[in-house]
Amino acid sequence: MATFIRDPKTLGTHRQVDAQADPMPFYLAAGEQKQKNKGGGGDDGDGEKGEGGQKLAEKGDELKEEMDELLDEIDNVLEENAEEFVKNYVQRGGE
Amino acid sequence: MAIPTVMGTEIEFGIMVKNDPDFDPISSCVLIVNAYREEPDGKILWDYDQENPLADARGFQVEGEKYTPNQQENIARNKTLINGARYYVDHAHPEYSCPEVTNARDLVIHEKAGERVIEISRREANNLLPDGAQMLIYKNNSDRKGNSYGCHENYLMDRRTSFKKIVEPLLPFFSTRQIWCGAGKVGSESRNHPCDYQISQRADFFETEVALDTMVKRPIVNTRDEPHADREKYRRLHVIVGDSNMSEYTIYLRNGVTALILSMIEDGAISKDLTLRDPVRTIRAVSHDLSLAHELTMDDGSARTALEIQSDFLEMALAYTSSRSLDPVQKDVLQKWQEVIEALGRDPMELDTKIDWIIKKRLIERYMGRKNLAWDDSQVQMLDLQYHDSRPDKGLYHVLERQGKVERIVTDDEIQHALYNPPRDTRAFFRGECLRRYSTEVFGVNWDSISFGFEDDSVKRIMMAEPLKGTSEFVEELLERSETAAELLENMGT
Repeated sequence: MATFIRDPKTLGTHRQVDAQADPMPFYLAAGEQKQKNKGGGGDDGDGEKGEGGQKLAEKGDELKEEMDELLDEIDNVLEENAEEFVKNYVQRGGE
Repeated sequence: MAIPTVMGTEIEFGIMVKNDPDFDPISSCVLIVNAYREEPDGKILWDYDQENPLADARGFQVEGEKYTPNQQENIARNKTLINGARYYVDHAHPEYSCPEVTNARDLVIHEKAGERVIEISRREANNLLPDGAQMLIYKNNSDRKGNSYGCHENYLMDRRTSFKKIVEPLLPFFSTRQIWCGAGKVGSESRNHPCDYQISQRADFFETEVALDTMVKRPIVNTRDEPHADREKYRRLHVIVGDSNMSEYTIYLRNGVTALILSMIEDGAISKDLTLRDPVRTIRAVSHDLSLAHELTMDDGSARTALEIQSDFLEMALAYTSSRSLDPVQKDVLQKWQEVIEALGRDPMELDTKIDWIIKKRLIERYMGRKNLAWDDSQVQMLDLQYHDSRPDKGLYHVLERQGKVERIVTDDEIQHALYNPPRDTRAFFRGECLRRYSTEVFGVNWDSISFGFEDDSVKRIMMAEPLKGTSEFVEELLERSETAAELLENMGT
């Protein structure tokens, strides 16, 4: 009965080729990266009690590190020649 | 009793081609829309017979010419997808209208699926461009040079609710809801009202309170009366005041809360008069006030802040829902909205993983801090633009999402599934399944109809005036036993 319901996975060989060709497969990268982040941030299990201040400082360092990582990536991906780029971004009104 | 929620969004995307001196937006749009291939890939017309964008909800027909392209142009500009969406060229923008859904969670899934459709097409289109040229797509609403393009929400409403009853509470609601659903923007469109950063992408572009136009003299409440359904029973509220949001959380609230307010209007549950003296001036003032402390003048001369007005709406919503049973999504929307309103009262920056304008502001400020930049630096403008970039590796919203810096509502699997599957609980199911199963026989489609063409040159149109029929519950069995469209029509007794 359901033979003429085509499996979406078999749709468009086109797209599959494209996904393979890409160094960062579409949305696959998202999942991988998240895992990596979890692994990196999960090593604060055995801190000793009574050192709340130090823990707080560690937490602060961790946050700063995370933020640095984010800003580093933004530095990497942000378009160069920003001035030229935003100047050239002109749209026609829509709707 | 309010009618059940049926809604959808239409998003126009910004488009540019890098390193192409001959860039033409319209041909680029045709290229990108046609670069998206589905199998089956029929030559299907958009059925303009069913359209009437010049009917005004205040009860008259506006004079003007109705746009109807010739057949070739029609096919080149329109695609109807097997997930029930319409993907097309609208003026100089690619536009994605998601299929009809019944709840805010599905709305997020299908709006996000639209972003992926755009990104898939962008990549395909890039293969066809000359070396060095690169097409880029932005889900935003402003080029910062006076041009705006829209994000339109659509909500099915009960025709018995008068338009006047709808407009009165919506003017204050729409003028102030941006504090929790604005997409954020660097700079201002007006030399008289300069600012570093503002809450909404769109607020500077609104010039009137209520009107039919969407391209010039934009109104806060749009009067287009084109229900795409039984017009005796329904109207479709066409909301043009919103921003294109990236954050799932923000999209979820934008549509979920607005749908709730509309149900309250249908049920006469807006007990407080929140009429503003000057909604047009208000919408701009609210957008330019990051402190949320600016006092707005109410019609009776008293003063309230945008947050107080939104808190009033929340209070009425809590009273309205206390005696009603909500479904899990509605319950969750209401709870999240309440949390957001409370956080805005304490410190808006608490919401830097949830609400677009705050996520973006935090990101820009951190980067400015590192690089010692001022608000008028072109790199800051670049950050604003690139926040909306569709590329998963380069779009800054996608970077934040990948690094776990924004809160999510749905999963990647759900979004991926929605690329090829219509919602099961609206007529989009019938539309999408007919396209999947009988694509070579489908002749034309519109929201409320689908027609089939046969070898003897006859065309038969099936009307779908009820958005909540044509669901899997009603038609799946019928589709299963109909191998061809001809059989389908026979089995339907037409």
